[in-house]
Amino acid sequence: MRKREMSPKRNRRAWVFIIPSVILIFTFVFYPMIQALITSFQAGTGNNLEFTGLSNYKRLLGDATFKKALSNTLLYLVVQVPIMILLALAISSMLNNKKLKFKGFYRTAIFLPCVTSLVAYSIIFKSLFAADGFVNVVLMKINLISEPIAWVTHPIWAKVLVIIAITWRWVGYNMVFYLSGLQGIDDSIYEAADIDGAGPLQKFKSITLPMLRPIILFTTINSTIGTLQLFDESMNITNGGPANATITISHYIYNVLFKYSPDFGYAAAISYVIVVMIVLLSFIQMKVGDSND
Amino acid sequence: MIKRKISLALQHVFLMTASFISIFPVFWMIIAATNKSVDITRGTLVPGGYFLENIKAVLGSDLQYTNAFQNSLLIAVVTTALAMIVSSAAGYAFVVYRSKTRDRVFHIIFVSMMVPFAALLVPLFRLFSKFNSLGPLKLIGLNTVASVIIIGIATAFLIFFFRQNAKSFPKELIEAARIDGLGEFSIFFRIFMPTNKAVYAAATVVTFMSSWNNYMWPLIALQSPEKRTLPVVMAAMGSSYTPDYGMIMTAVLIATIPTALIFFLMQKQFVAGMTGSVKG
Repeated sequence: MRKREMSPKRNRRAWVFIIPSVILIFTFVFYPMIQALITSFQAGTGNNLEFTGLSNYKRLLGDATFKKALSNTLLYLVVQVPIMILLALAISSMLNNKKLKFKGFYRTAIFLPCVTSLVAYSIIFKSLFAADGFVNVVLMKINLISEPIAWVTHPIWAKVLVIIAITWRWVGYNMVFYLSGLQGIDDSIYEAADIDGAGPLQKFKSITLPMLRPIILFTTINSTIGTLQLFDESMNITNGGPANATITISHYIYNVLFKYSPDFGYAAAISYVIVVMIVLLSFIQMKVGDSND
Repeated sequence: MIKRKISLALQHVFLMTASFISIFPVFWMIIAATNKSVDITRGTLVPGGYFLENIKAVLGSDLQYTNAFQNSLLIAVVTTALAMIVSSAAGYAFVVYRSKTRDRVFHIIFVSMMVPFAALLVPLFRLFSKFNSLGPLKLIGLNTVASVIIIGIATAFLIFFFRQNAKSFPKELIEAARIDGLGEFSIFFRIFMPTNKAVYAAATVVTFMSSWNNYMWPLIALQSPEKRTLPVVMAAMGSSYTPDYGMIMTAVLIATIPTALIFFLMQKQFVAGMTGSVKG
């Protein structure tokens, strides 16, 4: 097609469509980003800030709570994201089977958690897993345990609980993406594999996984960004406790800002750790996702 | 053949277990909302007759639940309505009026998708508190519902979403409309919007849900009790030392109904719309 120059009038019209969004995103994302970077080199209480160079970043190195928040967040990332994605993949490839009955029921049931808000499901899980909550009552009735498990107040069980809760909320969400990706794969490929005598695992490995790679990449990056920003769950299931055993980085930023006397500079420095991690991890995942051809 | 049957049976067992685990907490929430707190901690699984009592407790709570519901609804509806115009106009223009400069602007906007909200917390809080002392800007300062609405109107995700979907909008339609003498704005509002109802439906679901569920920014921006939104009020109820489970679960149940309704009414368009944006 021949390329034509756009008339100046139409060019101006085009900017009218775009400018409102540009102004909003620059004011409420990019300007604050730059501000945060500057603030991260300042220290002081409240709005009385002075430049102190790298002092905030040095403070991070010796901050035990920050280290806990960082290792918790990374633990959630390394343990929860793979479990969730494998579960979602397994469920969606089973649901893709034409001969399977009750498909609609399974799909709707497994997606159901996604209609609950993050705060809502956090509260549901906190109540279900409370010391006198339903889960403990049942486990004790069937004599699996003799005394209640301290889901919320034991450092390890609390982490397990957060991971169970997040997995519950997001498997169905990821499943939807994989299901729509699977619908794009031609049935004849699977039929040809059947004739060649390929088993279900082999078909999954050699057909499903490679065909779904772009979507898996998309969901992995999305989940990584989401996990690095975990806040609602940490606040509302365990309140970061016991003794910061489940606190996330975002939750720690909130505490630095609003729980103690506000330390803007230090909070900004912590937040830049998340920025760097998201950029690095997304970059690595994109490289890995593209290079397997 | 037998092997295949066993495999199928195992799949059903797996899927039924997964379905049960997925449904149970939601089911339990409904059961709990109809029972007294003491019965809930005893592990009851039968609907009780205490639902009205629980509703009364929720409405009568000094956390101003009704107020929070209205605030949440106002914020979610206005944010969604404005976002559908502002973000979709940008996404549309990045495709229909493609140019080098505009492509570059889009790429910069796209990067903002990776910015974690926690990183914006400090400067946004300071920016909005500055607005409070800047004459007319105090209308969007801290403690106003507008301060929550305004940061949800234009998002990189929505612009990206509409841009992906605008790519499949036929150029001939635009050319024909121009020949008929339609202006650029009329083409967008009277041709693009009505022909892409499914795309707008999906975007509406996503935007409404994320606005309705938004917790971190409202928690910080809306400090006075009468301005709070549902997630903030629910969180306050849930963090009580002597939780009234029946009341809390009723509050959670009522807050879940709007998103559940919207989702199940628009399920088909939501899935279709989301898929289009991943593949493109």
